[in-house]
Amino acid sequence: MPDALNEPTGRAATTASTPGERTPDERTSPSPAPTGPVPVAPAASAGLETAVPAGPVPAAPAASHAAPEFPTPPTRAAGGVGTPHLPGGVGSSPTRPDAEAKVNGTFDYASDLDFPGMLWGHTLRSPHPSARLRAIDTTTARAMPGVAAVLTAADVPGKLHYGLIEADQPVLALDQVNYEGEPVAIIAAETLDLARRAAELIDVDYDILEPACDPEEAVAAGNWFRCQPVRLGDPDAQTPAAVVTRDYVVGMQDQAPLGPESGAALPTGDGGIELYVATQWVHSDLEQIAPCLGLEPDRIHMAIAGIGGAFGAREDLSVQVHMAMLALATGRPVKMMYDRAESFVGHVHRHPARMRYEHAADADGKLLYVKARIVLDGGAYASTTEAVVGNAASLAVGPYEVEHVSIDAWGARTNNPPCGAMRGFGGVQTCFAYESQMDALAEVLGLDPLEFRRRNAVAQGSKLITGQIVDAYDPARADGGTPFSPLADMLGRFKDMPVPAVPTGRDIVELPGGTGNTTHGEGVRRGVGYGVGLKNVCYSEGFDDYSTAGIRLELVDGQTVAYVRTAAAEVGQGHWSLQAQIVRTELGADRVELLPNDTKAGSAGSSSASRQSYMTGGAVKAACEAVRELMRGHDLADGPIEATRVFRHRATKPMDPVTGQGESHVQLALCVHRATVDVDVELGLVKVVDLTCVQDVGKIMNPVALEGQIHGGSAQGLGLAVMEEMITAQGRVKNASFTDYLIPTILDMPPMRLRIVENADPEAPYGLRGAGEPPTLSSTPAIVAAIRDATGLALTQIPVRPEHLTAHFGRQP
Amino acid sequence: MTAPLRAALFHRPAELDEALRLLAAHPEAVPVAGGTDLMVAVNYRHTRPAAMLDLTRLAELREWSDEGDAIRIGSGVPYTRIIAELATVLPGLAAAARTVGSPQIRNRGTLGGNLATASPAGDGHPPLLATGADIEIASTAGTRTVPVTAFFTGPKRSVLAPGELITAVTVPKAAGPQQFLKVGTRNAMVIAVCSLAVALDRDARRLGTGIGSAGPTPLTAPDADLIELPWNRPDLFNDALAAEFGRRVAAAARPIDDVRGTAAYRRHALAVCAARALRRVWTAAHGTESTR
Ligand SMILES: Cc1cc2nc3c(=O)[nH]c(=O)nc-3n(C[C@H](O)[C@H](O)[C@H](O)COP(=O)(O)OP(=O)(O)OC[C@H]3O[C@@H](n4cnc5c(N)ncnc54)[C@H](O)[C@@H]3O)c2cc1C
Repeated sequence: MPDALNEPTGRAATTASTPGERTPDERTSPSPAPTGPVPVAPAASAGLETAVPAGPVPAAPAASHAAPEFPTPPTRAAGGVGTPHLPGGVGSSPTRPDAEAKVNGTFDYASDLDFPGMLWGHTLRSPHPSARLRAIDTTTARAMPGVAAVLTAADVPGKLHYGLIEADQPVLALDQVNYEGEPVAIIAAETLDLARRAAELIDVDYDILEPACDPEEAVAAGNWFRCQPVRLGDPDAQTPAAVVTRDYVVGMQDQAPLGPESGAALPTGDGGIELYVATQWVHSDLEQIAPCLGLEPDRIHMAIAGIGGAFGAREDLSVQVHMAMLALATGRPVKMMYDRAESFVGHVHRHPARMRYEHAADADGKLLYVKARIVLDGGAYASTTEAVVGNAASLAVGPYEVEHVSIDAWGARTNNPPCGAMRGFGGVQTCFAYESQMDALAEVLGLDPLEFRRRNAVAQGSKLITGQIVDAYDPARADGGTPFSPLADMLGRFKDMPVPAVPTGRDIVELPGGTGNTTHGEGVRRGVGYGVGLKNVCYSEGFDDYSTAGIRLELVDGQTVAYVRTAAAEVGQGHWSLQAQIVRTELGADRVELLPNDTKAGSAGSSSASRQSYMTGGAVKAACEAVRELMRGHDLADGPIEATRVFRHRATKPMDPVTGQGESHVQLALCVHRATVDVDVELGLVKVVDLTCVQDVGKIMNPVALEGQIHGGSAQGLGLAVMEEMITAQGRVKNASFTDYLIPTILDMPPMRLRIVENADPEAPYGLRGAGEPPTLSSTPAIVAAIRDATGLALTQIPVRPEHLTAHFGRQP
Repeated sequence: MTAPLRAALFHRPAELDEALRLLAAHPEAVPVAGGTDLMVAVNYRHTRPAAMLDLTRLAELREWSDEGDAIRIGSGVPYTRIIAELATVLPGLAAAARTVGSPQIRNRGTLGGNLATASPAGDGHPPLLATGADIEIASTAGTRTVPVTAFFTGPKRSVLAPGELITAVTVPKAAGPQQFLKVGTRNAMVIAVCSLAVALDRDARRLGTGIGSAGPTPLTAPDADLIELPWNRPDLFNDALAAEFGRRVAAAARPIDDVRGTAAYRRHALAVCAARALRRVWTAAHGTESTR
């Protein structure tokens, strides 16, 4: 039932409900018993320990600590931190509720979970990228003292497969393993070390097969998850003035969250189970876990435990089903925590890509056509490859107008590590290619790279290659008769931010090679480059994307207190703060208390796709507005007021399978980077000395958190540009450690200059645009362009390695 | 707890003699100094020591002394102290110490641990090779001294025998400018793709080099050390000489392709680093910019 109190545009479908009433959208948790929230990490808080099963068996049934849906006083949010009691509404930067605990080391991450009588779980993984399983003998491992359970595929209680989009990933390997690191058996033991030793005693008879690791061959053999063409106009009928054709290669990047995959499972004693896990979307987890455990979803309670970074790595399941199986089999709490090496094979990665691009322009410097063949390597299982391919195809030319297009994007199936979600989600790979092409074509045309981009920039009313109309700006706004082009506006803003001058008397840490003392200025050349990125915000292609928020406003000791209930994951982006800010702005409450993020709340959707400010922010705002409405003529002294609202963004459409046409995206966000680099051209070492960024965020909700997102996103893009790569050989990962998978340090990341633009999106809450991903797209091509400028090399592969920059010197004796 | 946990024994001797006796009596005990190599191996389960012998309480190992023309550094002196206390007398070693890991690693990591690990990429090794240092090794049978050039026998292998501890490293004091250059794909906190130490002895008119991460062991470059330099007319030093030195250093390397870099790149980078290092030490020694 539509509610007049919601989004001004009226596009947000919401549902009014009385306290406790569920919305029809809570698909995943039908009729939950009204149970009280359980503290996520009770060990750290003595006062709350009674709410948690104390002994190994049997655990207290969930109903035994039943409490009102909105308890007073509230328990703590995930991570064991207090909830905010701080001033500061939308547009300010109040101290985050988790800030102090994270800084002083007391934050309870999922890896800190500790329950009395707890066992440790461990996963035995395949050392082979491709093999048939002839037999598994667990007898010796089972017999080892201290081992409580050893389970294989034969012990999976329910469905044998799970998956985010397609359920194709075995809970435990059945008769075949398809990638190195695929889970084969799970063990629960008294200590983690014992569980690991027991794993070594499991005898697996593998019939080793030749892995299929070449994504191009896979595509040729029809072995792919999705092929998405985009067709527009007739590229072959054009007569261009300039054409540039190049092949690009993008390596496999890893999210490298500092917190490893971790969680704990507690049997409730009545056949149900409670799970605490670091996840980006607890309801999607539940939907996948329940069938595998053979349990009704209402027998499973899930809460989000303290998350140490995510970046997409926590969208797919990792420990969830495994630890639940072990807990159900042993009747005891079971904790799982990957070590660093296991983490590298225990989550999906960013798709490596091979791309051939042909860009053509007319004599006036207008893009005439773009042809592209994009092959993403999805690895062994589907994960989110399907959606990543959709993004790669629909965003394949970036924010530029072009009328003739022929794009084919594939997600290949190979025996390489499975790839899926990572910040930028299909937008990153193509952005490197199309921005490199824009520079190359500008050079052929003799145009300044910014001017060439400006001439082709999309404007309000432009059509993207999918036919989607750019309509996200104030329709009344125009630039002297021509439609408003946010991109042209952003490109123009670099004029008053000059490239930094080369300082004299630099310390070695300011030079390429840094503390390595490789140059005192010898061989150093400066380069400057630009990159533009276009990212879709929220879920696309017809997905029913929504978030749920409940607010209860109550008088406590003469103060108005607002309790906020959502299932949204705080992954470090500052979402808890944002919720509190919105509540303060909308309700002016004296205090805001955030309740635990768990499956007792309605789904909030995933903390990904730069969507949580938009979606859960939107839901919290809508719930506040409903509360405000209910407040009319009501005195809080007579009792609290509650409202739960479901917020949806406007509907999207699937891409046409043949032409790729369709309004597939909700919101589009732009970011532009200018990188200044110093390159030691003799050693091929790079120091990024400046990153200047212009980003359109619609509305600055929290300046400090926004800066953090832009800094972090830019750093991750820098990593992909010059160092971050999971190196595989015949399906085997060669550098699953922080010794050899390098992520930027503070010495690699320059200070940034930011120019934030606020072109409000009339559709979005407060006019905001998702901000977390766009900088990850544009910083990479900007840095590579700057290295090209310094070296004069073509550089079509990322990360750019020192040997790429020095290969032309020829081999030394 | 029902599990048969073999609690690892942790020996904490207070005296070197006691440590050596314990080691002789418990050959399974693994010495641990800073733990910055050992504990990584434990975490990665490459090793599972049944017992450990903590060296951090051995005062003898945590001191350095001035021996006239050399410095004797206890094997347990952490990098932080080498940087803070020995940069003037041992500039090459101090420069290498500065590139090790992060401040936390430099606070704990020791030269003894670096040597015992004997990684071809150990940053402490090239300056020791360039200056001709001696390694002092003790056991209950006595003490022996091994020149660093004879210490490494293969990747992560050395002459160190069971029951032996490295007690000290004796490094000749610098008799001229020294340089250490380390190539890595990150600007700090990185394992060397290759590294190079050069020491110039102005009085003896001698050059010493040490190469890291470009062979199965850290290497010297004897042929490069013998390059003829214009000692009597320092201003005659030129780019051709520097380049020739670079070629000889590169030729001495025996690099392989691995995830950190290619063999070809390592040779190339060593040549560049060597030319730069030689120019820097020559210029520093003679106080003049030489002809280019
Ligand atoms: C994050 C990180 C970064 C690093 N960066 C670098 C780097 O940049 N460059 C570099 O070279 N190394 C680096 N290392 C490796 C390590 O820090 C160094 O090799 C260090 O010198 C090891 O010293 P330690 O005292 O910690 O050795 P430990 O870990 O205590 O011991 C290492 C080995 O030596 C043995 N051992 C220790 N002392 C003695 C002794 N006196 N006699 C006999 N055997 C002994 C131990 O049994 C063990 O086998 C890094 C390590 C980490 C974790």
